[in-house]
Parts: sequence; C-alpha cells; structure tokens
Amino acid sequence: MQSTITWPILSVLIWLPIAGGVAMLLLGDKGISLGRWLALITTAVTFGISTLLWTHFDTTTAQMQFVEERNWIPLFNSYYALGVDGIAMPLVVLTTFITPLVVIAGWTVIEKRPAQYYAAFLILEGLMVGVFASLDALLFYVLWEAMLIPMFIIIGIWGGPRRVYATIKFFLYTFLGSVFMLVSLVYMYLQTCDAGQCSYAIADFQRLPLGLNEQLFIFVAFLAAFAVKVPMWPVHTWLPDAHVEAPTGGSVILAAIMLKMGGYGFLRFSLPITPDASDTLDWLVISLSLIAVVYIGFVALVQQDMKKLIAYSSIAHMGFVTLGSFLTFELLSVNGDTRGAAMGIDGAMVQMVSHGLISGAMFFCVGVLYDRVHSREISSYGGVVNTMPIFAAFMVLFAMANSGLPATSGFVGEFLVIIASFRADFWYAFLAGMTLILGAAYTLWLVKRVVFGPVANHHVAELQDVNGRELLVLGVLAIAVLALGLWPAPLLDVMRPTVENLVQQITVSKL
Amino acid sequence: MEAVVTNFGMQAAAAEIFLLSAICVILLVDVFLNDQQRWITYALSLLTLAGTAFVTVQFAVDGRVAAFEGMFIADPMGDVLKLFSYGTVAVSLLYSREYLQRHGLFRGEYFVLALVALLGVMVMTSAGNLLTVYLGVELLSLSLYALVAFDRDSGIAAESAMKYFVLGAIASGTLLYGFSILYGVTGTLQLDELAIAVREVGPGNLGLIFGLVFVIVGIAFKFGAVPFHMWVPDVYHGAPTPVTLFIGAAPKIASFVLAIRVLAEGLDAMVASWQGMLIALSVLSMIIGNVVAIAQTNLKRMLAYSTISHVGFILLGILAGTNDGYRASMFYTLTYVIMSVGSFGMILLLSREGFEGDQLEDFKGLHRKSPWFAAVMMMLMFSTAGVPPFVGFWAKIAVLGAVIDVGLVWLAAVAVLLSVVAAFYYLRIIKLMYFDEPADEIGIQAGGTIRAVLSANGVAVLALGIFPSLLLDLCARVLP
Repeated sequence: MQSTITWPILSVLIWLPIAGGVAMLLLGDKGISLGRWLALITTAVTFGISTLLWTHFDTTTAQMQFVEERNWIPLFNSYYALGVDGIAMPLVVLTTFITPLVVIAGWTVIEKRPAQYYAAFLILEGLMVGVFASLDALLFYVLWEAMLIPMFIIIGIWGGPRRVYATIKFFLYTFLGSVFMLVSLVYMYLQTCDAGQCSYAIADFQRLPLGLNEQLFIFVAFLAAFAVKVPMWPVHTWLPDAHVEAPTGGSVILAAIMLKMGGYGFLRFSLPITPDASDTLDWLVISLSLIAVVYIGFVALVQQDMKKLIAYSSIAHMGFVTLGSFLTFELLSVNGDTRGAAMGIDGAMVQMVSHGLISGAMFFCVGVLYDRVHSREISSYGGVVNTMPIFAAFMVLFAMANSGLPATSGFVGEFLVIIASFRADFWYAFLAGMTLILGAAYTLWLVKRVVFGPVANHHVAELQDVNGRELLVLGVLAIAVLALGLWPAPLLDVMRPTVENLVQQITVSKL
Repeated sequence: MEAVVTNFGMQAAAAEIFLLSAICVILLVDVFLNDQQRWITYALSLLTLAGTAFVTVQFAVDGRVAAFEGMFIADPMGDVLKLFSYGTVAVSLLYSREYLQRHGLFRGEYFVLALVALLGVMVMTSAGNLLTVYLGVELLSLSLYALVAFDRDSGIAAESAMKYFVLGAIASGTLLYGFSILYGVTGTLQLDELAIAVREVGPGNLGLIFGLVFVIVGIAFKFGAVPFHMWVPDVYHGAPTPVTLFIGAAPKIASFVLAIRVLAEGLDAMVASWQGMLIALSVLSMIIGNVVAIAQTNLKRMLAYSTISHVGFILLGILAGTNDGYRASMFYTLTYVIMSVGSFGMILLLSREGFEGDQLEDFKGLHRKSPWFAAVMMMLMFSTAGVPPFVGFWAKIAVLGAVIDVGLVWLAAVAVLLSVVAAFYYLRIIKLMYFDEPADEIGIQAGGTIRAVLSANGVAVLALGIFPSLLLDLCARVLP
C-alpha cells in the first residue's frame, strides 16, 4: 500500500505520550482516578495511531518512510529528522503496543505517587519511539540518554528493597557504555565536515568512507554502548539487579523494549557504518553471544528468584539477536551466502519482537503472583494451578513460548538463527541449539515448581485467580505470541526489503 | 584581527563609566538610609544593572573597537559576556535578599562590593593591555575577598577569606611577574602588539616560555584549576551562601575572558606551549574534582569540587586553540554559570532561620515537600552531569568536538569517562530527593522572588537543552 499519510505521524507518536505525561504531572495524585483514564487513553490512542504505520507501510522499498525533517541545530547541521524503515517500524509498534498494557497492569497496584508513575511511563514511551525513529545521530543520542532518566526514577521510586543500588548501577552502566558512542559520533561528524558537508545524519555516516583502524575504534565504542544495552555477557550484570528491583511495569519495559535498542543499534549503526571492523571482530561478538546462550542458560537454571531467572533468560535470548546479526559476516565471507545472511538478520529481528512479547508476558505473570503473595522466591510457591487455573494456563503458554515451542513466536526467531548458523558453521549451530535444551529446562522447571504440584502453603491456598484487568493484559499478549508464531509472514514481509538492502550494504567494503 | 583605533573612546567604555558613577551614587545614598530603608539600595542596585545593560546595548559594537590608545577593547564577545554578567549578578542579588536579611547582612556595602566586582569583570572583559587585565583582576579579587569576609561574626568565613586573600595575592603576584617577563622580552604590554612581537621573537624563546608559565599559573589560580584549586572548596564552603553563588557565576566568566584575552589573543603564537600545560591542568582538574566530590557531605563543598571538574572541561575548549574551541568554551562557561547559579539558589531556597540547607542530607525527601522544586533540582543536576535533554549536554558535546577536531581523541575519551564518575554524585542528590523519605516535615519557607527566579532558572536549563541553538548561535555570532 502506498504511504498516504501527510501529517507528521511519527512526531505525534513521540509527543502525544510526552504531552500526556506532562498533563499527568500537572494533574497530580489528587486527580488520579481521572489520571489513570488519561494515561490509558493516551497510550491506547498512541497505539491506534501507530497501527497506521503498519497499514500504510510500503513493503516494496528499503527507503525511510513517513519522513519528517526540520532544522534543529544549524551550527552542527543537525536535524530533527524522523523516519522508519522495515527494521524500526515493528519496534515502534512493539513499543506502543506494550505501553498501554503496562498502564493497565499498574491500574490498582501502584498506590505510591501514581500520577508520577504513569507520567514516567508516558514520557518514556515517547522517548523510546523517538530512539527508533531518529534519522539523525545527535537526535538519536539525546533520546537514547534521556530515556535513562524516567527509567532511573521508575526503578528508584517504585522498586524493591535494593532499588537504589540497582537503579544507580543501571544508570551508570548504561551511561558509561553510551559516552564512548558519543565520542565516536562526534568523530564521524567531524569526518563528514572534512569531506565537505557537515552532517549528523545516520545515512551520511553509513556512506562515510573510513579506514580500518578508525572503523575498529568506532566499532568498539558502539559495542560498548550496545553490548551494555542488549546486554551481552560479561557486561550484563546490571540487568538482573535492575529487573529484580524494578516494579512489574519497569521490568516489562526494560525487557520488552529497552533491551531491543541494543540490537537495533547493532543493525542501524555497527553493521552498516563499520562493516569491515564488524567483519574483523565478528568472532568476538559471536563468541560472546554463544557464551550468553550457553553459560547464562546454566546460570538461569540455578536461580531461586523468578524475576532473576527471567532476567537471565532474557540475556540468553538476546544472545540470539547478536548472534543472528553478526553471523552475517561469517556467511558472506565464507561463500557469499546472502540468503543465509538475510536469514540471520530476519531471525534476529523476529527474535527481538518475539522476545519483547514473551519476556514482557513472563514479567506480567510474575507481577500477578507478586501482587498477591509479595514474594518472588520460587520456593514460596507451588501448586498455583489448583487455585489459579486460568492464570496457570497463561503462564504455561508463555513458558512454552519462552522455551521456543513451535507455533509460538519464540520458535520462529530462534529457528531462523539456528538455520543461519548451520550455514556458517556446525559448531555455532550446535551451541546455539543448546538453548532448546537449556531454555526448556529452566523455564519448564520454573513452571513445574511454581504452577504444578500440591498446594505449597496457605498463601497459595488463598490465591484468587486473575481478574478481568489481568486477563485482558495476558490475553492480548497470548494472542500476539500465537499470531506471530503461527503466521510470521506479515512481519517478515515488512522487513524484507530493508534487510536485503542492509545485507547489500555490508557486503560492500568501505576500504 | 584588524582593530579600529579611536583615541577618544568614551563610547566604548560607556557601560563601565555608567556603572562606576552609579556605584558612587549608591554609596552616597546608602549613607543616608536607615535599616528600614535599605531596600532602596537594593532597588537602586538592580536598577543600575538594568541601566548598565541598556547602555551596553545602546553602544553595542559590530566589530572590534580599540579605545584609550588600545588599552580598552569593545567587541561583540565582550558585550555578550558583559550582558550575561549583569544577568548573573542581578539573579544572585534576587536570590540573596532573604538570606542577607535573615543574617543581618543586608547592608549597602554588600551591594556596592558586588557592583565593584562586576566592574572588575567588565574591565577584564574589555582589556586590551596586560595592565588593564591586571587592573580588572585586582578590582574583582579585592571585592571578592571582602565579600567572603562579609559575615564578620562567622569564624569560618573569616578563615576562608584569609585563605582566599593570601593565596589570591600570591596568584596575582605570579600573574604580574609573568606579565613583567613578557614585557621584558617583547617590550610591549599591548595585547595586539604582543601577538606580533611574539612572532618576531619566536614562540620558542625561553624567556617567553618562562613568562608564560607564570601567566598560566595565575590564570589557573583564578579559574581554580588543579593543582591551584586549594582555595576553592574552603572559600565555597566558608563564604555565606549568597557570596558563594556570586563567586560561582560572574568571576567564572571573568576567568574565561582572562584566558581568552591573554592566551588566545596575546599569546596565540605560543599555542603549542600552552596547549600542553592546559592539557595537564584540565585532566588533573577533571580527575581530582570529580573523584573528591564523591566524598563530600556538604553540598557547597561538593559543588566546589564539581566546579573544579567543570573548569577542566572549560579548559578543554580553550586548549584546542581554535575558534571552534573558544566558542565551545564560551558556551560551556555561560551554560555552567546558569546551572551553578541555580544549584546555589536551591540551597538558598531551602535555607531558613537557623538552617543553612547546605548539607546533602537536607535534600532528603524534598520531593515530598515540594515536587516542583525537586524537579527543578533534578533538572539542574542532570544538566550539570551532562545528561540530555538538558543544556549541560550541549556544552559537553561542544568542547568534545573541539578537542577531537585537533586530534586529541584520547583527551575526549578521558573527559567522558570522568563525566561518568561525575554522574554518580549528581545522581546521589536525586536519590536523596526522590528515593528517601524526608527527615522532618518543615516545608520550604522561601518567598516569592526566589521561587520565581529559581523556577525560571530550571525551565531555562530544559528549554536551552531542547533548543540549544538559542545560545549556541549567539556564541557563534560573537566568535565566528
């Protein structure tokens, strides 16, 4: 379908939630019964508008669509430039899809300063959409960092007992990773100046000729930023802490969307801007990804805390994203296998979207239990199925999806990446395939201990099954997980031209 | 730079002349006022600032105008810096009134001293000759010593004023000694002639380098750069908070302009020599300032160390030795002043009878007492830490660009690494305000003026962060 939207839809998607957030702050806790509806309506409308992106998306081109451009900082020749392609658009829609669910999930649960809670999430939503939609590196960086502020507040105010430690660690870790990216962005900007036309446009950076040494430095700087965000082993240690301490909504946003920004960064920046350095250092990223898949899988197995277990499982699953992205170079350099390369990136993308849904759903499930029993320890539960049969059904479904059961979205991404790794090297595929055993082991063991068995204690015996609000959240996510698992074609179609273009771009050496 | 020399330069110095006359009038009027009428002095001082601003705008120049045989220079950069200085002095007076009244410091001398200090800043800003530079430095410094000691019953203030005076006198002496060596080698005190003479003598001349070292030491002291920073924490801590606020603002602009006039205009040919010295000063300042700030429990001391680290960043732009660098540095200085004034204003907002509000603990649970001012402080702290979308980020990126442009990528990497260290202690304040419960239930008692000014200050930090061009373009216009 031809793109026929003439109004600035991406700006609306960014600024509408932010405006809603500011309105929430002005409204304050006194008007919270009105405020909740305001938050819900704002996020729901935002999601509604974002579906227009999908329906009006032109799936025949790799060009940026819905482009907006305004001069922002003339001195740096930096633009307020927005646009989405097949990689960014699904992630924007994922963001707008998850946020209303977070609002619904916090409806009655958040009693402390609720207006600010919703405001933080609304502002965060706008910033996250902006990160995916930025075409200007400076704008991207500003939003990328600004995003830390609401998350810092969310974990710090509404988090668990060790929230202060967790949130400062989260902030400093991500900040440390990003500042080196800033240096390399400024460096590339100055290179474009030397070439005659100063520019912060990401597209210009992608075209910029760079020597191998420059590329290596830039690559490492990007790696610092994105690896922390994904997070990759060994810079993942902030994630379990942040997840455990964050309120349910915070965990959901972290897992479902913020981690995806690392993967998105690799696809948008590292691969096309430094193809030769990526080619040189792909062994590093691939090894770290495989370590994440296998070693972190084992780590997840021994966790006693449900949220921690899911956090580690997130790290393992995000290993597939980085693996799929960087397999490309192995495939291209061995036998010029562009189909395999495209498959790897497709797999990475599907895995991102799918993990966004599944990990979000898993954290919602833990949230449902936590709200009732106020414990995240696995040992506090047992036999939940006896008192909460509907909830148990959902939890089992999401657990299956998390371990990659066919017909759920978790299968599609992992399968594509494993197939792609087979084309590169048997041992990659072998190690990546370990996840099918490990993922099933830790997830199903979790389910066995929490959901099945006899009723463990009086807390479990007194549990009430999910209410309508929770049912809505879990139901919507379940539909999404199954739909993407059974029929991933629409998503793949949207991405195809962009992915093919990306593969094309990285086959051309900059040297 | 081609300078238009006019011998009769009253117009170029109109603002200074106006200010000096007004100071004399205020001094006289104040003698005839009793304590109930002291507000007249206060109002007159604010009016004077407005009047000086008006005169400056009226006689604003397009290019560089040299007056009084080249002793005095008027240029667009100077005009902008002066206007900013008026603004910061006015804001600091507005912030200070309640505190001064509470502590019995609401006296005419306070305002006169503040205005004389401002005159010193203006003279430095317009200096075309090393002697004019020195005149300005002393005018500013002597007023500041007196201001620090203004609360004469306070032992800690007297001690810090003493320390400031002794160390400051040594620094002034060093500066003057450096100037005299430069004069000995080149035979001129005129900055533009000095620039030519240095090229003739050759920038590698040992005598010149010897003199340069002393000049740099003097400048580093006035800036408060490590290892000449020892006075900063003590003075910031010991001085009455309004004075600390004052020292953190206009004098920083003066230090910047001192470095620009002497190093960038007079000794530009020696950039290779002073670049290395400034790199050392800058790196040390960023390291010591940021690391030691973590250990502080008093907010004024913490901000003092934070200032030291920001001086390191300001020096980054200057040491690049390019116009881009000077512009970045100017932008950084102005931005820093806006943030610093706000942060000290926050302490004044919290202070009340018998309560200084300068301990970190005092910020505990501020969020519960006043969500808006907690938000203002949060914006100020994130901005000072250089986190977008606040204006401090743009200052950081501008100086980083300047040093990367001259090939000092490692220096940029060191700077950003230390800015992560810095983020920790700013985050700690936000943690105290938002994540902790208040220790008492006493709310903010400050009056309307300070609330309004502080609110505007906070909004400015955000607005300039979203539209940095407003300030960036101004700096670009005056330093093309």
